[in-house]
Amino acid sequence: MKHGKYPLLAAFLLPALGLYGYFVISPYAQAFVISATDWHGLSNEFNWVGLDNFKRLLSDEYMRNALWHNALLLILLPVITIVLALFFSSMLNVHRAKGAGLYKIIYFAPQVLSVAVIGVLWKEIYNPRSGLLNGTLRALGLDGLAKTWLGDPAVAFWAILAVMVWANVGFYVVLFGAAMQSIPKELYEAAELDGSSRWATLWRITLPLLWDTVQVAWVYLAILALDGFALVQIMTRGGPNFSTDVVGQRMYDVAFSENKFGMASAIGVVLFFLTLTITVAALRITRRERIEFS
Amino acid sequence: MKRNPFPQAMLVIWGVMTALPLLWVVVTSFKDDAEILNDPWGLPGELRWSNFARAWSHGNIGKYFLNSVTVLSVSITLTMLLGATAAYALARYDFPGKRFVYFLFVGGMMFPAFLALVPLFFVVKNAGLLNTLPGLMLVYTAYSLPFTVFFLVAFFRTLPTQVAEAAMIDGCGPFAMFFKVMLPMAKPGLISVAIFNLLGQWNQYLLPVVLVSDSEDKYVLAQGLAALAVNEGYRGDYSRLFAGLTLAMLPVLIVYAVFQRQVQSGLTAGQLK
Repeated sequence: MKHGKYPLLAAFLLPALGLYGYFVISPYAQAFVISATDWHGLSNEFNWVGLDNFKRLLSDEYMRNALWHNALLLILLPVITIVLALFFSSMLNVHRAKGAGLYKIIYFAPQVLSVAVIGVLWKEIYNPRSGLLNGTLRALGLDGLAKTWLGDPAVAFWAILAVMVWANVGFYVVLFGAAMQSIPKELYEAAELDGSSRWATLWRITLPLLWDTVQVAWVYLAILALDGFALVQIMTRGGPNFSTDVVGQRMYDVAFSENKFGMASAIGVVLFFLTLTITVAALRITRRERIEFS
Repeated sequence: MKRNPFPQAMLVIWGVMTALPLLWVVVTSFKDDAEILNDPWGLPGELRWSNFARAWSHGNIGKYFLNSVTVLSVSITLTMLLGATAAYALARYDFPGKRFVYFLFVGGMMFPAFLALVPLFFVVKNAGLLNTLPGLMLVYTAYSLPFTVFFLVAFFRTLPTQVAEAAMIDGCGPFAMFFKVMLPMAKPGLISVAIFNLLGQWNQYLLPVVLVSDSEDKYVLAQGLAALAVNEGYRGDYSRLFAGLTLAMLPVLIVYAVFQRQVQSGLTAGQLK
């Protein structure tokens, strides 16, 4: 057995490592190198520009605009999603609303749809003429509220945020629900005997016991908020007038429309450090147990 | 005890807000263009199954669907095979550099795919795999490995050692041990992570948009549907778009409705990440 372990290790590790190194590690490493060049991708000719790409990004108003939208998403998406999901899952799991099973199935459904389906679906719902949203408003006699949802720079960003919340709440209802199942029922029975209101029960009992899961949810949603590319690309392409532009869309345009691959890689590096900061901050705050690996 | 009706009402409203758009798409896919444009709330005058036929063939949804299925059937198999073998080696054997290899894999979860995007485009291009389905299969597999390895290492480590020891005493070799003893024991973990990867790869949009952008007959479903939405905007063939959307949506929803317990636990298992 002792002597037999290296054939197995080679056969089991090398294929995975090879594929992973070629398509994942090497591109990640190259990205940092390319971000210090003005490479346009057409030839092997390029100049080293050091940190120039990053300096230019800092003062680029399109980049700032896109970063601002990601920052808004970073605050609003987790807060709105977590509050709604906590409310729904405590109704379903703690207060045992009727039909809890059915609600969970329906709420979770958007999670299995591809982001492309969700994007196209909502693009049609927001369609000013034939869309469900304006159709509903008109049917209710609220014609004044009907809008060109994705065509109006003042509204389009909020319309996209709403889709992100819609698509994600169900997942966290189920995630929080699973965590709530492990809270001892006696705690809730005692709270009810003491006349605790639903709000107090959620705030004083459920939330503190669920805190770990809530923090995990926050990290997830923060990472989603730093992306947003697929929905934006499908629904608005960053428009109208850059009102829904996000960093991912900016990078895609800079790379594949303008062929500025050095600059695009610099945007990628910025996104990497933003993601890293959030993950590290979250790990610090949560002080989760380290992955034991002896 | 008096009950506040507000929470129950909220539950119903959110349920309607989730289910109504999906139902609306299915109902609308039977309408003709005039009905779609003029009355979003109206019911279709008749069940126009021909919309689906047009979406499937002329809208290329059929071709996109087949491409997606082809890519996933290879990439999921490869992901599970490479992920399970690597995870097993890392979980059950000691060798120099083991920690390094583990963190190399798991570290991949910290990196956003956007960082790799530009070099990846050229790596795939130089390998002659740009605008090909095998290119997508390999890239999907490679980017699914970090989570798969992370999850399965943890899972293999929880399996009891007594069974393996008993099998070893019975003369079971290391390879047979893995395929005949450990894999069957790891089945629940393998299923969870397979469902997680299946949905993740099925939903992938960024990678195909960058790696299969120039040849429309290689589009996968997510990408093809988005392209169809852009085209129909110009052409005004809305009934075909809604039929295509329904075709892309319903199979997944039906699978979900049947296996909802497994799907929910498979996806929420990702919270370990």
